[in-house]
Amino acid sequence: MPPILELKGITKQFPGVLANDHINIQLNKGEVLALLGENGAGKTTLMNILYGLYKPDEGEIFINGQKTEINSPIDAIRSGIGMVHQHFMLIPVFTVTENVMLGEEYTHPGGFLDRKRAAAKIREISDLYKLNVNPDDMVEDLPVGLQQRVEIIKLLFRNADILIMDEPTAVLTPQEVDELFSILKKLVDQGKSIIFITHKLREVMECSDRIEVIRLGKVVGATTPAEASPEKLASMMVGRSVELKTAKKPCDLRGSVLNVENLTVKDSHNHVMVDNVSFDLQAGEILGIAGVQGNGQTELVQAITGLKTSASGKITLLGENVTKKNPRKITELGSAHIPEDRQKDGLVLAQPVAENLVLNTYYRPPFAKGIILQKKNILANANELIKKFDIRTPSNSTLVHYLSGGNQQKVIIAREFSRPIKLLVASQPTRGLDVGSIEYIHNRIVEKRDQGCAVLLVSTELDEIMQLSDRIAVMFRGKILTTVNAKEVSKEELGLLMAGVIPTLKKKKVDTTQVQELIT
Amino acid sequence: MTTTKTSGEKRSFLSIFYEELSNNSLTIIILSILSGFIMGGILVVLTDPEVYKAFGTSIGSGLSTSWKLVANTYSSLFLGAIGDPAKIGAALKSGDSALILKAFTPILESLVVTTPYLFTGVAVALGFKAGLFNIGAEGQVLVGTIAAGWAGWTFTGLSPWVHVPLAMLIGAAAGAIWGFVPGWLKVKTGAHEVITTIMMNYIAYYLIYYLIAAPLRDTTQTTPKTPMILQSAHLYRFFPDPIRFHLGFFIAIAVAFIVWFILFKTTWGYEIRSVGLNPNASKYAGMSITTITVAAMSLSGGIAGLAGASEILGVTWRQSQALSTGYGFDSIALALLAQNHPLGVILTALLFGFLKSGSRVMQVRAGVPIYIINILQAFIILFIAAPAIVRTIYRLKQPSVKEVSTSTVSFSERK
Repeated sequence: MPPILELKGITKQFPGVLANDHINIQLNKGEVLALLGENGAGKTTLMNILYGLYKPDEGEIFINGQKTEINSPIDAIRSGIGMVHQHFMLIPVFTVTENVMLGEEYTHPGGFLDRKRAAAKIREISDLYKLNVNPDDMVEDLPVGLQQRVEIIKLLFRNADILIMDEPTAVLTPQEVDELFSILKKLVDQGKSIIFITHKLREVMECSDRIEVIRLGKVVGATTPAEASPEKLASMMVGRSVELKTAKKPCDLRGSVLNVENLTVKDSHNHVMVDNVSFDLQAGEILGIAGVQGNGQTELVQAITGLKTSASGKITLLGENVTKKNPRKITELGSAHIPEDRQKDGLVLAQPVAENLVLNTYYRPPFAKGIILQKKNILANANELIKKFDIRTPSNSTLVHYLSGGNQQKVIIAREFSRPIKLLVASQPTRGLDVGSIEYIHNRIVEKRDQGCAVLLVSTELDEIMQLSDRIAVMFRGKILTTVNAKEVSKEELGLLMAGVIPTLKKKKVDTTQVQELIT
Repeated sequence: MTTTKTSGEKRSFLSIFYEELSNNSLTIIILSILSGFIMGGILVVLTDPEVYKAFGTSIGSGLSTSWKLVANTYSSLFLGAIGDPAKIGAALKSGDSALILKAFTPILESLVVTTPYLFTGVAVALGFKAGLFNIGAEGQVLVGTIAAGWAGWTFTGLSPWVHVPLAMLIGAAAGAIWGFVPGWLKVKTGAHEVITTIMMNYIAYYLIYYLIAAPLRDTTQTTPKTPMILQSAHLYRFFPDPIRFHLGFFIAIAVAFIVWFILFKTTWGYEIRSVGLNPNASKYAGMSITTITVAAMSLSGGIAGLAGASEILGVTWRQSQALSTGYGFDSIALALLAQNHPLGVILTALLFGFLKSGSRVMQVRAGVPIYIINILQAFIILFIAAPAIVRTIYRLKQPSVKEVSTSTVSFSERK
């Protein structure tokens, strides 16, 4: 029997880069194929070709042994290929049924929508794969994990046999990830075939039947979870051996740097986003704030860095009350901030690297004399930092816009780390970056901690939190549920905490007083 | 880059030159201007009854009539804006200073028309740099005119060295207030400056209409006019009457250079540009968006106010009720054409000034309405705003962002 899908010699050239270089891939019926590669390796290009969004320069696509031309997503859907995009394509104010039937409407004679018949089919699909989706729910009311299932139902509704999932776990909690994997299992058991795109090693090991690793547009290796190890996969992905675990000395506490007391922050609609949060951060330690996106971490960081005024509570930085202070004052006291959204908050994309490297020091000597900018010093500073932090840029006057994500992040790191700092607030410091860049940035952060800097690390990546932190605070719905010693907590326990479930706690692991407070 | 692909083929010098040029947005601008002229010519032909008559006789005569018409239109425009090259040559040869002056009169007159464009163009460009769409230059010019004029006839017994700068500053201050209000409303209430500056234009218009009709009216005049400004407030004119070329032109050039210096050489300019490009990152970097927005809007208004001041102190000497200048709106177009670069504005202001100045002669000599110039300018802006059209017409290569972003190797190759 021929493989359900076969890509032969797919080549796609973009100006200046060969995105796909004679890629051959087979997908057998009833298997999960993981496509592993760094950002920019060419995974997404390949899938967009398969989905009819790009036309390949060379190469052929065979479905069930038959050569198939795919010129548009409509062709792809007709050939039984469906794609779940990283960012969901759902209309929040429509019901599940309305979303699913959009573009494939069931109608009564005369063109009136037949929601009942569509809902019945959705229910049937949901029962078959145990998806637990109610067709009458409004999509905006569903948690992210369920929204993703609606996307999957959309594909099954259109009778897709080949499901492409592009970084499906990026938005999920660890529990939701596990549920997704069991759904994938059921899909495969029913004879569906799945291509799973990711750069996360753990997931590949857990859920795939076969693994194809792509680097610089080429397939560099194929393996199975049984034969592979995370270390081996990482080095295949990057092309050199990678240290997955960041080596860390035990922490050496050197006194309080940041103290947050009963902090409450509201958003513009007056919703409480940070709810009565207190913690103390010492020099020489990394405090990790774990939590699923949107549980108040963003607002907490904004309040600490002066970007948002808090409703109540007190923030003390190095003995000084900075509760209602502006970002400049807080920066000048010796704090550095790696913002969550580097392109929105951290960089002026349409300005050159050199100017971005002085974004918060431009007004001070040696970069300015009075109000006159000292171009020479700004450029010299840029040259020095580009070298020291290994920023890959054609020149110091290249617009930051043209750098890769990893190098954009390095610009921020270089800028924030190059002045004497006592507090580092790092929010999602490695989001969307490749393994090599992550390794680099993790090492720099640990280095800062060892130099006696207090580090507040906010991340939705459990691995990152667990690897770097000395202590971990879990945020859920604006509150800090608990603070635990990083060495004494398991991933499963953290996962449950992130979902708001307080596991049966062993006393030694958890600072129970805070939990008690919360329960009462 | 695709240098590897082409290394094998032999390419002509022209094609390489063309490719290099096509990477440059300057090409787009120049081609847009050219296309604007072509479209203008087509319109002139289409709206002329003679042409239709000639086509009625034969296609050949139709074409030749069309050609003659367009040639006559644009040569008249040229004559009006710059003068007759033959006359200029002859005058220079004769060495007679009166003749030379006469030959150069069209150019000097064009520079007079250019002057307010320079001020307002720089004002609007500065606003754009701060991310602000100042549509209120028109109103700012008007209040600048009346305020400078008032200072010009009110303060007596001053030396010109004091009176002129004082009147200019008062004009600038009035414009600055007219810019401050929308800026302040924006940061305090979130009101969009496009709406508020348009409203401020109406307020300025009717306020001045009222002022000239009653409180500031020169009662010796039969029509509503302000008094004449005093001799001591006149901006220096370099040549005897009727040549009105005055000091304001050089002040405007100086302002363009000062704004360029502020924008690109000072911390203030750095802040203005950062806020204009990314207010979030600017806030993160500790800049005060509020202060910078209000300051940039006020400064923009102040410069537009100078346009009005230089007009009344240098050209008109009094204000009558024929108010709408059009400078405020044309300046948006010319700032865009200059890609909001203050020094680029010098070039585009000259273009607009010469077009406007030449159009009067064009109307008289070729019988083509001056409004064709507005249409021509509109086409230029349309082409600038839609570079894809220009690229398609002239088969320019699409400059690709991917090309630059993909790898560092291609950069080093390009060098």
